[in-house]
Amino acid sequence: MLTILFDGIAYGMLLFVLAAGLAVTLGLMNLVNLAHGSFAMAGGYCCVVLVNQLGVPFFAALPLAFLVSAAIGYGFERTLYIHVYRKSHLDQVLFTIGLVFMSVAAVDYVMGSSQVFVQVPDVLQGQFRIFGVGVGRYRLLIIAICGVLTVGLQLILTRTRFGSRLRAAVDDRRVASGLGINVNQIFALTFAFGSGLAGLGGALGAEILGLDPTFPLKYMIYFLIVVTVGGTSSITGPFFASLLLGIGDVAGKYYVPKLGAFVIYTIMLVVLIWRPQGLFSRGSTTK
Amino acid sequence: MTLALETIDLEKRFGGIIATNKVSLRVEKGARHALIGPNGAGKTTVINLLTGMLAPSAGTILLDGENITTLKAHKRALMGMTRTFQINQLFADLSPLETIGLAVSERRGQGLDWLRVVGGKPDLVTEAADILEQFQLTDVMDERTAVLPYGKQRLLEIAVAIAGRPRVLLLDEPAAGVPEDERHEILAAIAALPKDVTVLLIEHDMDLVFSFADRISVLVNGALFVEDTPEAVARDPRVKAVYLGEEAHG
Amino acid sequence: MTASRSLIARAQDSVAARARWHPLEFVFWLVAFGAIWFAPGYHLILTEVAWLGLFALSLDLILGYAGIISLGHAAFFGFGAYVAGLLAKHELVTEPALALIVSGFAAMLLGFATSFLVLRGSDLTRLMVTLGVALVLREMANRFDWLTGGADGLQGVTMQPVLGHFRFDLYAHTAYTYCLVVLFVLFLLARRVVNSPFGLSLLAVKGNPLRASALGISVSTRLVAIYTFAAFYAGVAGALLTQTTAFASLDVLSFDRSADLLLVLIIGGAGYLYGGLIGAVVFKLMQNYLALLTPQYWPFWIGLVLVVLVLVGRDRMTSWTLPIRRLAAKLDWRTTAKAADAAEGH
Repeated sequence: MLTILFDGIAYGMLLFVLAAGLAVTLGLMNLVNLAHGSFAMAGGYCCVVLVNQLGVPFFAALPLAFLVSAAIGYGFERTLYIHVYRKSHLDQVLFTIGLVFMSVAAVDYVMGSSQVFVQVPDVLQGQFRIFGVGVGRYRLLIIAICGVLTVGLQLILTRTRFGSRLRAAVDDRRVASGLGINVNQIFALTFAFGSGLAGLGGALGAEILGLDPTFPLKYMIYFLIVVTVGGTSSITGPFFASLLLGIGDVAGKYYVPKLGAFVIYTIMLVVLIWRPQGLFSRGSTTK
Repeated sequence: MTLALETIDLEKRFGGIIATNKVSLRVEKGARHALIGPNGAGKTTVINLLTGMLAPSAGTILLDGENITTLKAHKRALMGMTRTFQINQLFADLSPLETIGLAVSERRGQGLDWLRVVGGKPDLVTEAADILEQFQLTDVMDERTAVLPYGKQRLLEIAVAIAGRPRVLLLDEPAAGVPEDERHEILAAIAALPKDVTVLLIEHDMDLVFSFADRISVLVNGALFVEDTPEAVARDPRVKAVYLGEEAHG
Repeated sequence: MTASRSLIARAQDSVAARARWHPLEFVFWLVAFGAIWFAPGYHLILTEVAWLGLFALSLDLILGYAGIISLGHAAFFGFGAYVAGLLAKHELVTEPALALIVSGFAAMLLGFATSFLVLRGSDLTRLMVTLGVALVLREMANRFDWLTGGADGLQGVTMQPVLGHFRFDLYAHTAYTYCLVVLFVLFLLARRVVNSPFGLSLLAVKGNPLRASALGISVSTRLVAIYTFAAFYAGVAGALLTQTTAFASLDVLSFDRSADLLLVLIIGGAGYLYGGLIGAVVFKLMQNYLALLTPQYWPFWIGLVLVVLVLVGRDRMTSWTLPIRRLAAKLDWRTTAKAADAAEGH
């Protein structure tokens, strides 16, 4: 059972890294970005190409995946997303669905439609036995990296100037702008960073989640669940939501295999009925 | 005589803040009752509590002697308590005719009628036309509300509340933001309100208050401070102090 | 104070003009029905246009008239599709028209049950909830493959003649007529509903739920009502798909289906009932043309259309219908000058 818990935590933390960017962009820019998964996919495929075809070491490919996805994110934000900030949520949904379809088809065309795998270095294969519990090395790595990222994120948000500017802009954009905070720049950097995180998550997750061109569509609901259950007014909300979902999903699939996938959906529906604004959000501000 | 509207020790807390502090309001039938007070006194909160948009932390609300404290907002409207909003709350894409027609239709309980065409009952249209004429909206009755001048929108805001044939009408700063040259229409409309409708008016414009009201309640920091005839309130030094004090600090 | 006779007459005329049939509407339906005799070679694709149009019409009812954004409307479509398939396969209800009604009611029940989920919360919550419901349903259809055939789809569906008389044929002649008649009847009903006091109250709820509530409207009740009603329509559309193809598979419940549907409605424009129908025509034409070009990667082009559509602006897109509407107003000899101006102003 501890193995399940461990796997669930690994899965949850991976989900968190993947979905964190989405939570921040939704909270910050009130932007519903259903194409978030596409950036994760980009990072995943980037890692695959780097490691499998170009022989780049895995541990070097990870930050590169982050950078590539961040760059793509920055580019898209400046050219495309910037036009839809002020549009209705319906427009944003349509727009980002369009982007998802385009990215899925494009990747299908370029990389083929079958699932791809990263050649994970030998040191990460197999398990440790800690106190008699089988602890997968790869999953341990995920927990380690994601843990560091989470702490880092929290520190950036709470201890740095950028972080406080970001939090101000999330809280009230107009006031922040009036205080001289360059909101546009913050948007662009945050979006890029969030996309980069997604890319890193995609690279890390390729091994566990399976990477193929339909990745953004398959996992869209998971990211959305993390964001809705966790709320968008903090980082800790989505963090705990991800853990809850990760453990719930892994445990569900193990103990009740026939109905395993429903566990996540049920959690989501129950939470949304009970508290539409999310489990952890600090009440509602402007919609 | 039953009071048209009464609250007993009405309270509203937001966390540690007491927005409404044991307010016991007594509004008589047919009265022209004004609720005044400095900014932030909590006047709109009281209106929101009365109409059911906010749930009270404690206290009772009685409409014509009936306890409506736990009744939902839309039910209170159907029971005869309608309101206007300080910032216009209208239907941007509907025309005044459609808006008033809808209000009349809902009042008559025809709102769930899904098979008859709107306007199938001619007396509904007649009633809507009456109200539109009453509020000088006939020349704009087919325009989209969003394109109407602000003064006309404000008139429509009142017309919609009247279309509900209320027993009690709550007016939340009806003249707010209306340009000088359009104010008289609003004031005339308020003066022409039917005598059997009880009116509770929130206003900052003292001229309007004193020319309109036969009873004034003063709300300060969420609590009822003074309630008396206009003459008494005007003479009360404490009221002056409250307003002047607010000016000194504000 | 009573209003003058002329004022009342003017008001009554304005109100009546809302529900009046424009000449172009007659043209639309004449062409649609005329195609039964004059375009037999196109009946296959026209059948698809018909049930897709009905599906889009059902989305218009909740999105265009009540303002509910749904990413999972395929849930009701797919549910209706499977019910119709199962009714036929297990010979529970063999007459197609009757089975159609039963499937519609089944979807309606599902709509009612899930309607409470879309009442509270913001747009994002609604997106999530509707998406979630559709995904749950799809997962269930996948799991219960002993019932649904799972990924292989529902096999062994054979359709009896409609009303015992009209056999389904290979060239979709019966199918098209059947679908068109169903579409027309349901369209007439929907037209009645949106022009009713209830329909007007929906527009109010969509425009300003706060004010609607202050008028005595129970917002929740109205939303539940229209959501349930729309689910019936979506279920019937799904049933039509199954009945005309004798097959149902998991993709009737897929996210793609819901997403494509949004596009269909947006192309034609939401909020005037014909948007879904026009959008269905354009979408199918697009799909046919693009499928010839790049059969495998056609989602790319759909995505591109969506992106461009939003960037250009939806209102600027539907302004292509404006000259047509102006023409419609001018052609209608019964329209007052005011109504013609109103048509221009929108």
